[in-house]
Amino acid sequence: MSDYNFAYLDEQTKRMIRRAILKGLAVPGYQVPFASREMPMPYGWGTGGVQVSAATLTPDDTLKVIDQGADDTTNAVSIRKFFEKTAGIATTERTARASVIQTRHRIPEAELTEDQILVYQVPIPEPLRFLEPRETETRKMHALEEYGLMHVKLYEDISQHGAIATAYAYPVKVEGRYVMDPSPIPKFDNPKMEMAAIQLFGAGREQRIYALPPYTQVVSLDFEDHPFEASKADHPCDLCGAEDSYLDEVILDDAGGRMFVCSDTDYCRSRREAGHSGRLGGEAA
Amino acid sequence: MTPLLQVKNIRKFYGARIGCKDVTFDLYPGEVMGIVGESGSGKSTLLNSLAGHLAPDCGEVIFDTRADGPVDTVTMSEPERRMLSRTDWAFVHQHARDGLRMSVSAGGNIGERLMAVGGRHYGSIRERAADWLARVEISENRIDDRPSAFSGGMQQRLQIARNLVTGPRLVFMDEPTGGLDVSVQARLLDLLRGLVREMGLSAIIVTHDLAVVRLLADRLMVMKDGCVLETGLTDQVLDDPQHGYTQLLVSSVLHV
Repeated sequence: MSDYNFAYLDEQTKRMIRRAILKGLAVPGYQVPFASREMPMPYGWGTGGVQVSAATLTPDDTLKVIDQGADDTTNAVSIRKFFEKTAGIATTERTARASVIQTRHRIPEAELTEDQILVYQVPIPEPLRFLEPRETETRKMHALEEYGLMHVKLYEDISQHGAIATAYAYPVKVEGRYVMDPSPIPKFDNPKMEMAAIQLFGAGREQRIYALPPYTQVVSLDFEDHPFEASKADHPCDLCGAEDSYLDEVILDDAGGRMFVCSDTDYCRSRREAGHSGRLGGEAA
Repeated sequence: MTPLLQVKNIRKFYGARIGCKDVTFDLYPGEVMGIVGESGSGKSTLLNSLAGHLAPDCGEVIFDTRADGPVDTVTMSEPERRMLSRTDWAFVHQHARDGLRMSVSAGGNIGERLMAVGGRHYGSIRERAADWLARVEISENRIDDRPSAFSGGMQQRLQIARNLVTGPRLVFMDEPTGGLDVSVQARLLDLLRGLVREMGLSAIIVTHDLAVVRLLADRLMVMKDGCVLETGLTDQVLDDPQHGYTQLLVSSVLHV
């Protein structure tokens, strides 16, 4: 290995972050402040997630990094390389083989298990931020469970669009207590958050860490007459034929040609390896 | 009859300067109390101390709550006080912008208090919002417009609707007609008078406009330099002022 301390951060910093993580796990959904460090990447590129991953990784871990579900995009590739270089750990693209998965904007399609940890990159951890700009006030609202304002946002959605148009970063209530921003995952992924794996959320610029222990109750907010709906493009994947996965729309030409593909590249590939095929599966693969 | 609000020796200092001192009065259900005085006389300090926006240095503000009877709101816990200010209390600011969410539609503004106390049915929230818009004489087709698209008078009426939707028993008003032109003021006063009588509201109205208290208030309190100079029935104080300052105040009003 190199001259870096294991996983880049020094041991005292990792200790500080682990304490924040433990507190977050003890109070699910509560945003724990932590002393976020400068990382060798710009804010907005996952500095929070990287710090949480660095504090979580051990030399025996296998890391997977996804960005919008894909293993091969810039953000995912560079963070994976970062930990290969600074921690010398094994990396993988297979969801099932990873013990730590850092993600931006997606939860993998494959069901996660109790021995896995999912680390989210979070841009703005405060779900009330766009309605109430004062931090002193939002903290008080969390402390006193004053969450009526969150429904004002959903009300505005329905009055303007006829339905709850919030499609990502859809607010959830954790264990009947804290309202939490699930990071900008599509609302399709919200029901998956009641899972067996530990979920950790890191916001580097905003200096907050929060967490969900395994099997924590996570309820998406809604109205009685406008219930929550986990929506996705009404289409099967054009490569693997999956009907149940979240899809990206890809424009193919300037004549209206388009295809829908799984945003989770590992899920799509493993389905194709298992012999499944979609509309364009033959030619594109 | 138990007073709805008992104010005992409220005192608020800003360092060495007096905000207001030794204010004591009772407010009975259905009664409207006016507080008049010149700028800087401590009217707004007093109102904010009563409404829990400022912590008074000493004194008691005892409110007759629905559940537990008379409780001192100065010493009650913050969650309880904030709950009270969302349900049984209402506060109408002088500038509608301070009391409204300018980036949220009129319907959302009215619905906020309903959702804050647990309203989770979109249809019924919207229905009540529309009903309240009608009661404050705003056309129902403006329900999805933002307050920034409203005139000053409409914003003030929207603020009143937003405050009264949960059926409060006590309304604090800080210069509700300030900054509005006279014809709009007259309509707003008409509306307020109707709502106060119809809902049996108690209200404390701070203003420097004697015409407002003449129309709305049952009782009047005159303040100067943080102290109460004179109290009494509105007509009595205005028609037969006893204190020198009150006489000056009453004689300063221009009669057109």
